[in-house]
Amino acid sequence: MDKLINDFSYGLFFWQAIILVILIILLAKFAWKPILASLAAREEGITNAIAAAELARQEMQNLKAQNEVILQEARAERDAMMKEAREIKEQIIADAKNEAQLQGDKLIEAAKASIASEKNIAIAELKNQVSTLSVAIAEKLLKTELSNKEAQNNLVEKMLEDVKLN
Amino acid sequence: MYLCAKFQDCKIKKVSKMVFNKQFLKNSLTALIVAVPLISFANSTQDSVHGGEEAYHTAKLEKHGEQHETAHEASPAEKINDHISHHLQDAHEFVFFSDEATDEHFGFPLPVILFDNGLKVFSSAKFNHGESVAEADGNYYKLFHGKIYKTDAAGELTFDEHHHPSNAMPLDFSITKNVVSLLLTSLLIFLLFTSLAKGFKKKGPNALPTGFNRVLEPLVIYVRDEIARPNIGEAKYKKFMPYLLTVFFLIWTLNLLGLTPLGINVTGNIAVTVCLALFTFVITQFSANKEYWGHIFWMPGVPVPMKIVLAPIEILGMFTKPFSLLIRLFANITAGHTVVMGLLAIIFVGKAQLGVSGSIGTSLLLTLFISVIELLVAFLQAFIFTMLSSLFIGMAVQEHEHDHHHDHSHGHDKHHTEDPEIPVI
Repeated sequence: MDKLINDFSYGLFFWQAIILVILIILLAKFAWKPILASLAAREEGITNAIAAAELARQEMQNLKAQNEVILQEARAERDAMMKEAREIKEQIIADAKNEAQLQGDKLIEAAKASIASEKNIAIAELKNQVSTLSVAIAEKLLKTELSNKEAQNNLVEKMLEDVKLN
Repeated sequence: MYLCAKFQDCKIKKVSKMVFNKQFLKNSLTALIVAVPLISFANSTQDSVHGGEEAYHTAKLEKHGEQHETAHEASPAEKINDHISHHLQDAHEFVFFSDEATDEHFGFPLPVILFDNGLKVFSSAKFNHGESVAEADGNYYKLFHGKIYKTDAAGELTFDEHHHPSNAMPLDFSITKNVVSLLLTSLLIFLLFTSLAKGFKKKGPNALPTGFNRVLEPLVIYVRDEIARPNIGEAKYKKFMPYLLTVFFLIWTLNLLGLTPLGINVTGNIAVTVCLALFTFVITQFSANKEYWGHIFWMPGVPVPMKIVLAPIEILGMFTKPFSLLIRLFANITAGHTVVMGLLAIIFVGKAQLGVSGSIGTSLLLTLFISVIELLVAFLQAFIFTMLSSLFIGMAVQEHEHDHHHDHSHGHDKHHTEDPEIPVI
C-alpha cells in the first residue's frame, strides 16, 4: 500500500484526466455519435423492412384470398349461365317438338278430311256412273226381253211379287 | 529476450487485430523465427544478464544502488526483480532496449515539465538516464527510481531509513512514457473509429463496413447491446455510451499494447486506474436520481434501526465500488506483466539448470501460454471495467417503480433480490 501511494504520480493522473476528457469529447462528436446513429438507423431500417415485408405478405395473402373469391364467383356464375342455357335449349327443343306435333296433326287431319271428301265425291260419281250404266243395261235388257210376250209377263209378275214383298 | 517477446507479440497481433499486411507479417515472422535462436545463443555466450529490453535499466539501477548500498555485484535474480519493478513504473524517457555492456540506450527522451517556483520545461535527455543532474533556471534536479528530486549541483541525495530520498520533489507534470503511450493510443482509437464513422457516412447505414471496420462495428454493437443496454436500461443508456465506449476501447487497446514489446504499462499504473475509476465515480454520483440517494441514506422497506445501520455501509459502498474497479484493473495488468517478464527471465535464471536451449524452450512455452491468457485478460479487464461502470451507473439511474408499491416486509425482500449481483473477478 505504501508502495502504491508512493508510485502514484500526480502528473500522470493529470494528463490521463485531460486526455480522457478530450478523447471522450472528440470521439463522442466524431465517432460515437455518427456510428451509433448509423447503427440505430440501420436497425430501424431492418425493422421497417421486416414490417414492410410482413405487410406485403399479408396484402398478398389478402389479394390471393380475394382472387380466390372472385374466381369462385366467376365459376359459379359460369355454371349458372351454362345451366340456364341448357334449360333454354331444352325448352326450345320441347317447344319445337310440340309445335311440329301440332302442325303434323293438323296436316294429317286436313289430309284425312280432304281424302274423305274426295272419296265421297268419287263414290257419288261412281254411283252416278253405275246408275247410268245400270239404266243402259236395263234398257238393253228390256229391249231384248220385251220382244217376247211371255217373258214380259213373267217379268211383270216377278216385279209384282217383289213389290208385294216390299 | 526482446526479440522473443516480439516474436510472441506478432502472434498476439495476428490473433487480435488483422491490421498488418499479410505478406509483411509473414516476412517478419519468418525473419524473427530465423533470428530468435541466433540472438539468444549469441546472448547466452556472454555471462551477463542482458537481452534487449529486459536488461536495459538494470545497469542504471545498479548505479543508483551503489550510491546508497554497498557496491556489490547484483545476482541475475535481483537484476530481474529490479528490472520488472522498473518496467511496471512510469519513465521520463522512452527506451525500447539498451545494451548493458556498452551502456547504450535505444529510444528517445521526453519533455520534462516541472512546477517549481514557475514552469520548468526541459528534455529528459538532460538526466542522461539518471546519471546526470539536470539544470533548469538555476535549479538542479536528479532522476532517481523514476522520480524527480530537487538537488544541488553535485546531485547529492539524502536518504531516510527506508532508503527513500528525503529531498524535495517538484510537481512533476512531465510528458512521461505513459502519457506518450496514452496520447498515441488515443490517436489510434480516434483514427480507427472516425474511419468507421466515415465509412457509415460515405456508404449509408445499410452498407456493410469494409476492412478493419468490419471488426470494429460488432465491438461497438457488443458494448452497446451486452454492456450498456442490459445494465443501464433502454431509456437512459444512450447518454453514457460515449464514456463507456471510450473507456472500453481505451483500456482494451492499452492492455493489448502492454503485451507488445514496446514495454509500456499504462493500465497497470495506479494513477491511470485511479483516474478511470474516478470518472466512473463522478459520472455515477452526478447522474444519480433521488431513489439512489434514498437507498443510500434512508433505505426504504427496512425498520428504522436497520436504516441507521445500513446508511454508513451504503455510503462506504459508494466508494468501495469504484475502488474495486481501480484495484482490479491495476492488479490484473500488473500481475500479468510481472508474470510474463518473470517467465521470460527463466531464460537467464534457469540457464544453469536447464541448459541454454532448455531454458529458452521452457521460457517460450510458458510465456506463450501466459500471453494467450493475458490476451484474454486484456479483453476481460476492459470488459469488466466497462461492465461494472455501466452497472454502477445503472444502479444510480434506474427507477425502482414497483419497489414502493409493496408493503414493508415484501418490499424489503424484493429490494434485496433485485440488487444486481456484482461479479467478483
